[in-house]
Amino acid sequence: MHTNEDKWILGGHEFTSRFILGSGKFSLELVKACIEKAETQIITLALRRANEGGLANILDYIPDNITLLPNTSGARNAEEAVRIARLSREVGCGNFVKIEVIHDSKYLLPDNYETIKATEILAKEGFVVMPYMYPDLNAARALRDAGAACIMPLGAPIGSNKGLCTKDFIQILIDELDLPIIVDAGIGRPSQACEAMEMGAAAVMANTAIATAGDIPVMAEAFKKAIQAGRSAYLSGLGRTIEKGASASSPLTGFLQD
Amino acid sequence: MEKEHINESILNEEILEDQKKNRIDHMTYLPGMEVLESDILDQVISAMDAYDYDKYTESDVRRALVHDTKTPEDFAALLSPAALPLLEDIAQAARVETRKHFGNSIYMFTPLYIANYCENYCIYCGFNCHNKINRAQLKPDEIEKEMAAIAKTGLQEILILTGESRSKSTVAYIGEACKIARKYFKVIGLEIYPVNSDEYAYLHECGADYVTVFQETYNSDKYETLHLAGHKRIFPYRVNAQERAIRGGMRGVGFGALLGLDDFRKDAFATGYHAYLLQRKYPHAEIAFSCPRLRPIINNDRINPMDVHEPQLLQVVCAYRLFMPFASITVSTRECARVRDHLVNIAATKISAGVSTGIGSHVEDIEEKGDDQFEISDGRSVDEVYQALLENDLQPVMSDYIYV
Repeated sequence: MHTNEDKWILGGHEFTSRFILGSGKFSLELVKACIEKAETQIITLALRRANEGGLANILDYIPDNITLLPNTSGARNAEEAVRIARLSREVGCGNFVKIEVIHDSKYLLPDNYETIKATEILAKEGFVVMPYMYPDLNAARALRDAGAACIMPLGAPIGSNKGLCTKDFIQILIDELDLPIIVDAGIGRPSQACEAMEMGAAAVMANTAIATAGDIPVMAEAFKKAIQAGRSAYLSGLGRTIEKGASASSPLTGFLQD
Repeated sequence: MEKEHINESILNEEILEDQKKNRIDHMTYLPGMEVLESDILDQVISAMDAYDYDKYTESDVRRALVHDTKTPEDFAALLSPAALPLLEDIAQAARVETRKHFGNSIYMFTPLYIANYCENYCIYCGFNCHNKINRAQLKPDEIEKEMAAIAKTGLQEILILTGESRSKSTVAYIGEACKIARKYFKVIGLEIYPVNSDEYAYLHECGADYVTVFQETYNSDKYETLHLAGHKRIFPYRVNAQERAIRGGMRGVGFGALLGLDDFRKDAFATGYHAYLLQRKYPHAEIAFSCPRLRPIINNDRINPMDVHEPQLLQVVCAYRLFMPFASITVSTRECARVRDHLVNIAATKISAGVSTGIGSHVEDIEEKGDDQFEISDGRSVDEVYQALLENDLQPVMSDYIYV
């Protein structure tokens, strides 16, 4: 299948790109490279960074045809996340919202419990809720039941570039939930993004990996290709892989024909 | 007063007489000061007392550098004299951590001094109550004028400062300043005298969310000889200020030892360890460091940072960064443009611009202007600092915060 026909739908919007740009670290060069070279269609927007009227407003850096995904970063509990989400809708950032509830300043790990509470409230208010979470199956099911539009498990702590540390648990989410699974945080290299897509993730989100690359446009393009390669591999059905050792020359079940 | 670099010159007869009654016990709380049930102070002081920086070797430092997460022991090694010859490696490692956590973002802000009345007698500070300077306090309409002028430069973060006079600059007065600031800025920090947790809660309600308290030195004996009068003299009340601020609902707290007052290695170690313990106790609290060195003041230009030269300053900044990679680190205009521009390229993440440490300096029509707290070394405007960051391939960020 050509990747352009391989659409995915989120909150009633169709997307062909499976790369979402995070905006924790941003610059005009980064946004430009990700739109032109990585062909991203969704860019997250930390509402706390949107400084209307101030210098270096991130909104000035994002063209109109890009879907903004406001996030609730800065929220330390469900109540704060709900307030930030409502504020984002009020200022015209649409119905999409990525829930981030963090009250750990060291590792920035999401609080699943508070995230579920916020998801429930905001889904009822008509938001397209995209919760960032620690990949725990029970919590992911609770998020689904609360009305989440997708699940965004972390691969590794934000900004760590450590890759798919939680790979096995993300795979469980992909296998068990019918919602799109978007791997968010920790992706450090194109190969890791490729691997997440091979596993069946619907999309990958990254920021630091590109923002801190030596050549930002080249790295943005590398991510696009890696994500497309991983997606194609997933769609084609991965071939037989031999996990350990070689296959035995004498079949173990040979005796059955004796 | 054994350290001539500070200020014994202003200890005249009148002050010495005054000292007989005002040199109160610096370890005893004054009436009205909230006493916290907390063992943080004891832990910080005992770790600092036990810190023997001469025992660390180059291999201790190299071992510290390879650890993914730095322990307090690694931090101690990175601050030791044995680390100085490895400063290039340390700076490289610090830069990697900074970029990992902050990318190329550098936050900009400016301090606004709204009053320079002070009840304390800190012999190295230009605002001290015995120093003969022009005193002033901005009225609400003047605060508004100053803030409007600052906001016009494009800044969205303000740090409100006062001299430490509870009677002149009351909590209510500071609260009003915060409310005015809410109209012009997204991020409001405070650098005022320490208050009780219910007062921090009130100031938080008024719009402030960050509190910085400079401990100056964690050596209580030395502290006693430098802070001769006023509520600031009460050492434990000041050390516990950040914890009270967090309990009062403040989002983040800033720490800073004034490098050069005492043994800077011990003070830097205590500062980092203090922040480390508080972050473990209150994981949601955002942590910030300032790294001030002593500066000359009005009526005493001999004050200098002693043995804290630029390499030592860089060592301290990098040690903070490696120990707490997620912390905000500010370099103030106590340092010159050259040093600041390099520090933001290595480990610092926050820089002030368009700075004056006097009262009423941002607009012309202020009735009474007040003198400066100290001489600044980097007088660049907001625009100049902004451009310098861009030229350095850094991204100026005006706000990364939402008040909820």
